[in-house]
Amino acid sequence: MDSKTPTTFRILIGKPGLDGHDRGAKVIARALRDAGFEVIYSGLHQTPESLVRTAIQEDVDGIGLSILSGAHNTLMPDIVRLLGEAGADDIFVFGGGIIPTGDIPALKEAGVRAIFTPGTSTTEVIEFVRQACVDKFSAQT
Amino acid sequence: MSGDLLPRILNGETRAAARLMRLVDDGAPRAREIMSALFPHTGNAYILGVTGNPGSGKSTLVNQLISRFRRQELTVGCVAVDPTSPFSGGAILGDRVRMQDHATDDGVFIRSVATRGHMGGLSRSTPAMVQVMDAMGFDMVIIETVGVGQDEVEIVQFADTSLVVLIPGLGDDIQADKAGLLEIADIFVLNKADRPGIKRLNREIRAMLNLHRIADGEDEPYRPVICQTSAIADEGVDELIESIDAHRSSLASGDPAVRQRKRHSHLVRAIARTELESLFSLHTTSEKFQDLIDQVTSGTLDPYGAADELTRWLIQ
Repeated sequence: MDSKTPTTFRILIGKPGLDGHDRGAKVIARALRDAGFEVIYSGLHQTPESLVRTAIQEDVDGIGLSILSGAHNTLMPDIVRLLGEAGADDIFVFGGGIIPTGDIPALKEAGVRAIFTPGTSTTEVIEFVRQACVDKFSAQT
Repeated sequence: MSGDLLPRILNGETRAAARLMRLVDDGAPRAREIMSALFPHTGNAYILGVTGNPGSGKSTLVNQLISRFRRQELTVGCVAVDPTSPFSGGAILGDRVRMQDHATDDGVFIRSVATRGHMGGLSRSTPAMVQVMDAMGFDMVIIETVGVGQDEVEIVQFADTSLVVLIPGLGDDIQADKAGLLEIADIFVLNKADRPGIKRLNREIRAMLNLHRIADGEDEPYRPVICQTSAIADEGVDELIESIDAHRSSLASGDPAVRQRKRHSHLVRAIARTELESLFSLHTTSEKFQDLIDQVTSGTLDPYGAADELTRWLIQ
């Protein structure tokens, strides 16, 4: 990316898997919008493949995953892996939802950069996302 | 990864194309160079514009159109525009939600884009994004505008065929006689045709088209037509495809050089306007500009004189 041209950061908010609870995803999408991000919302019931393709077509900086179905241990690492296979491992992945604390270390080990559990303030999420975007932007030539 | 974007784009590589679109959207100087080099590879895609009121079902309709074109084994690009917040500069781009059926299809490339303050129903970057998809070899490129009202008609400058999507219940026949949106349609799509009021809407649009016929005479080569659809139930879409084909054939009987010239004149104007706008914002954030405002505030200069001064800087 042109280091001299400022960019508007773009984030994909994705709902992989079978649960239909999108309130959390919408709250985060809205908070990011109000913080000046361009947010692409995927809608419900996405597969890891559809989210990774969407992320690449939209040239997003990061993907936020909202999962309340309990399938996070499969879906999140799958998405990180598919990004890598597509040569897009510069796109960072973070997540939220009903995620037991005990699962978090393994998810981070698998390449998920941050997990936000219920009760997290939107300010905290925005700060993480902004910093991750800035880091990604300055790493680009 | 950006040094060799052009060959990768011409090779159909999504990631490279998506990155160039981002550079274009951000107004990066390098994007201009690449776009110049890319331009000779454009001109093969058929460009379909879809515009209409917010919530009229444009995205759902586009989703159905993509399915139809794919069945005809055509590849499809889509640029979907949504509004930028005037307060935060952020945006929620949600058109894709209705189109995710096609997310894993290699023959479909959907790109969401925010208006970033541009009026007219498109983003400044939209024409360039269409060119990138065109150069990648997509057969059809669909532009879905932001939800529009009466006056946002820029789409017509860049589309071969323009669909205006209307729904029942939004106004009476005086609305239909007003200038603007209703003048640009090649095809009127009356969507949500299962809703009450559809017959009345159809009657009003037909009456308006008849008035045009009386005013313009009978020798127009093409007359706008009306299609009724229920996009969500997938009804009337085949007939709409037939109408699009009919408009396309009517264009083929015209002079392609004339259309080409018209398209290019819009394109050059749009590019030049973008340049002027960025110069303008550069000047209006400068100290010299603050000086001018100080002079107006202290009464030594009037706003017209200050604007003259500003204009002089712009054209220097």
